[in-house]
Amino acid sequence: MADPVLSIRDLSVEIPTRHGIVRPVDGVSYDIQAGEILGIVGESGAGKSMAGNAVIGLLNPPAHISKGEIWLKGQRIDHLKGDAMRRLRGKEIGMVFQDPLTSLNPLLRIGDQLTETMLTHLPISRAEAEKRAVAALEEVGIPGAAERVNSYPHEFSGGMRQRVVIALALCAEPSLVIADEPTTALDVSVQAQIIALLRRLCRDRGTAVMLITHDMGVIAEATDRVAVMYAGRLAELGPVRDVLTHPQHPYTHGLMASTPLASQGKSRLHQIPGAMPRLDAVPDGCAFNSRCPHATDKCRQAPVPRLRNGQAACWYPLVDEKVI
Amino acid sequence: MSDFPIPVKPKSRLRIALDSDLFYTFKRSPVAMVSAAVVLVLVLSAVFAPLIAPTNPFNPASLNLMNGFTPPMTPNAFTGESFFMGTDDQGRDVFSTILYGMRISLFVGVAAVFFAMVLGITLGLISGYVGGWTETIIMRTADVQLTFPSILVAMLIFGIAKGVTPVEYRDQMAIWVLILAIGLSDWVQFARVVRGATLVEKNKEYVQAARLIGRTPTAIMLRHILPNVLSPVLVIATISLALAIIAEATLSFLGVGAPPTQPSLGTLIRIGQGFLFSGEWWILLFPAITLLALALSVNLLGDWLRDALNPRLR
Amino acid sequence: MLAYIIRRAGQSALVLLIVGLVAFAMFRFVGDPIDNMLGQERTAEDIERLRAQLGLDQPFVVQYYKFLEGAVQGNFGVSYRQGRPVAEILLERAPATLELAMVSGVLAILFGIALGVFTAIRRDGWLANVIMSASLIGVSLPTFLIGILLIYLFSVELGWLPSFGRGETVDLGGWSTGFLTESGLKALILPSITLGLYQMTLIMRLVRSEMLEVLRQDYIRFARARGLRDRAVNFRHALKNTMVPVITVIGLQLGAIIAFAIITETVFQWPGVGLLFINAIQFVDIPVMAAYLMLISVMFVGINLLVDILYFFIDPRLRADRSGGH
Repeated sequence: MADPVLSIRDLSVEIPTRHGIVRPVDGVSYDIQAGEILGIVGESGAGKSMAGNAVIGLLNPPAHISKGEIWLKGQRIDHLKGDAMRRLRGKEIGMVFQDPLTSLNPLLRIGDQLTETMLTHLPISRAEAEKRAVAALEEVGIPGAAERVNSYPHEFSGGMRQRVVIALALCAEPSLVIADEPTTALDVSVQAQIIALLRRLCRDRGTAVMLITHDMGVIAEATDRVAVMYAGRLAELGPVRDVLTHPQHPYTHGLMASTPLASQGKSRLHQIPGAMPRLDAVPDGCAFNSRCPHATDKCRQAPVPRLRNGQAACWYPLVDEKVI
Repeated sequence: MSDFPIPVKPKSRLRIALDSDLFYTFKRSPVAMVSAAVVLVLVLSAVFAPLIAPTNPFNPASLNLMNGFTPPMTPNAFTGESFFMGTDDQGRDVFSTILYGMRISLFVGVAAVFFAMVLGITLGLISGYVGGWTETIIMRTADVQLTFPSILVAMLIFGIAKGVTPVEYRDQMAIWVLILAIGLSDWVQFARVVRGATLVEKNKEYVQAARLIGRTPTAIMLRHILPNVLSPVLVIATISLALAIIAEATLSFLGVGAPPTQPSLGTLIRIGQGFLFSGEWWILLFPAITLLALALSVNLLGDWLRDALNPRLR
Repeated sequence: MLAYIIRRAGQSALVLLIVGLVAFAMFRFVGDPIDNMLGQERTAEDIERLRAQLGLDQPFVVQYYKFLEGAVQGNFGVSYRQGRPVAEILLERAPATLELAMVSGVLAILFGIALGVFTAIRRDGWLANVIMSASLIGVSLPTFLIGILLIYLFSVELGWLPSFGRGETVDLGGWSTGFLTESGLKALILPSITLGLYQMTLIMRLVRSEMLEVLRQDYIRFARARGLRDRAVNFRHALKNTMVPVITVIGLQLGAIIAFAIITETVFQWPGVGLLFINAIQFVDIPVMAAYLMLISVMFVGINLLVDILYFFIDPRLRADRSGGH
């Protein structure tokens, strides 16, 4: 296999607070290949977005990378500062945020927002950038793109705006796109379109995608592999079909069982007892031990085994326990 | 464990105050403590001015023109008397005039804010509770008034009130006219906050319940709604006090406030400005510093109070 | 858009009518005009004749209408104190105040925005913190003390700049300007700093807090995530959005500058309308007070209206054209 586009090794993010240091991302490792869509799934507060922000260098101080490495196309980028990191943003790493209603500057025409991004990163003329802006809008399926470049964001619907946001994230042809809950704020009817669009564009260009979501439906529909996060740690990583149908980690299993999509036909949805621990109160050993039906003293004391692709970070992985 | 509840000694009011969050944040804020100390010292020395001041500057018998223009801490060339902050052209002790001047400044400031507060709360409660045309008229008036800087409104009211006062009473009435003018220019803030809170509280169950059991509107407004708006009112009052003190000083400095017979800090600065070029800097400097200390510390206290009582603002 | 502007203009006209009513009430009821115009030795006929001549025997509404009619034509009556038409005195004094207000306004806006942006972008820098602390003192410092302080420093101690008046002026067809002579320009420096400093502090603090708010917005994060240069993010994206709410306040501050000029003009004996107004209050010269009130209201209301219209050019959301597909 070729070198991965993105490679994260043992990444930790720390935030110093009054009550001590919390670690919203704790020793996470994964790779994303060109053209591959990796889904990052977990409850809110599990550290999904924080990992994405760390990759693109937009952690809000005092949050910072405390440990680990981030490699992008063979170049180490976790220690890059200021302008060097800025040059990568937009150019090599595109980002799509959750809420298209607030992601676009309301006072600038969308054409201007596209051209300024291209002119920042690409050695092209303004006229060329304007031409490409129209093409970019056409590509994301905005009808009448030639006129709509002169429109302001408020003149678009939510779904159309998210298409504009995707056009903006992709306009400088980045090799990695981080999509942070790109469909959460959208109508259900529009969600599938946006996911399909994102998948098509990235497949065509061979772009690697980190798709952050809490929606198992989106994961099932769009991703090639999936990483399950719990309390800042990776619980399970593997091909999407395996993880969804044969989850090995008790948490993933609980998560799948509590998803309407996966538990079709069952009369009641499963519930995982308790709640995810607060980040300043993660228990020793496995972070999930207090909620896990299979937990033993080993889980409460020893650190969980190191996780490899296709495995779960669990002493007692579930074997062939089907959800569906 | 006994079956009887152990009687708990009720906390004293002082204990409650000392245990409160407000006092806790106060202890943690050096700015607030220093400001409060400065305010306390200034207010006390204003209140007890007759006891502290070495001379009564408004008793002609105690004045000696020969003492005029004595620099601070230097014996006078003719009389040999020495003054902590020097004397002015008439031989009045500057320190004493400041103490008496501060009395007037503080009295006008506090009275004006109190007037504005009572007026604002009353109009705010009424417009929030009654609604309809009453509300429209009160709040539109507030809007129009808010279009203009309050100092201008105060000047105008002062001018009109002066015009209405018979000439022979003008100096005597000046202080009261000043209070009226500053108070009237400053009620809008209170009214807006109180009205907003009233609109929220009015529809809560307990107010409906009070209405059902036949409480009169006045009782409901005073007993149930008013207590809910006290903390924002306190914050506005503190900040308004700083503004009122500055407004009073400004008006008096401009010669449309406290008369020379009852000089406030602003009047003293107005008088002192005349001696700036001839080198008698102390006549101007000490009143100016006092005014600054007073205004700044009240302002800082108000800032702190706003943050402490409502962290969501700002 | 047109409907919005018409509605705002209607509201402005209403405010002016109310202010006109106040001004008229001052005229009519404060300091009896008959008393003021006729001396001590007056007869009943004199009073009757003057009442008829001034229209004081007519119904209130008619009098109010006549007053407004006069005011619109610039006829504000005769100053009790100077015995000259108020309009004439105001016109003579206006250039001094307008020039002072203009220079102060420009200073306040330029420095206020620049410092506000600086303290917002460098929010944790030591210089930004020093500026913020200084501005808190600036807000508590009464304008007249700033003026006195400047006079003491630059006129008394250093002797560099004049402490009063507006220096030599050049008459340009009824407009006396201080911009064309060295002494006129020198005389402008201290008063315009005094007048502009407070407004500058306000604008700076407002710009800072608005900009900090804007910098937290998603579209700023998105702009950064697209790798735009800091300059583009801060100025093209953040500053433009900051200015939307700031412009209203700046508009109001410009009006306030003309009102606060009263204080500065008194400190520096600047021969403008503010000084005229203070003297009018001291001597209860009602026609001058009323005229000043009307004049300043027209300015305030005019500026407010202008600001509202300006919004349409800054914020496309307000233009509310229906071309967008929804």
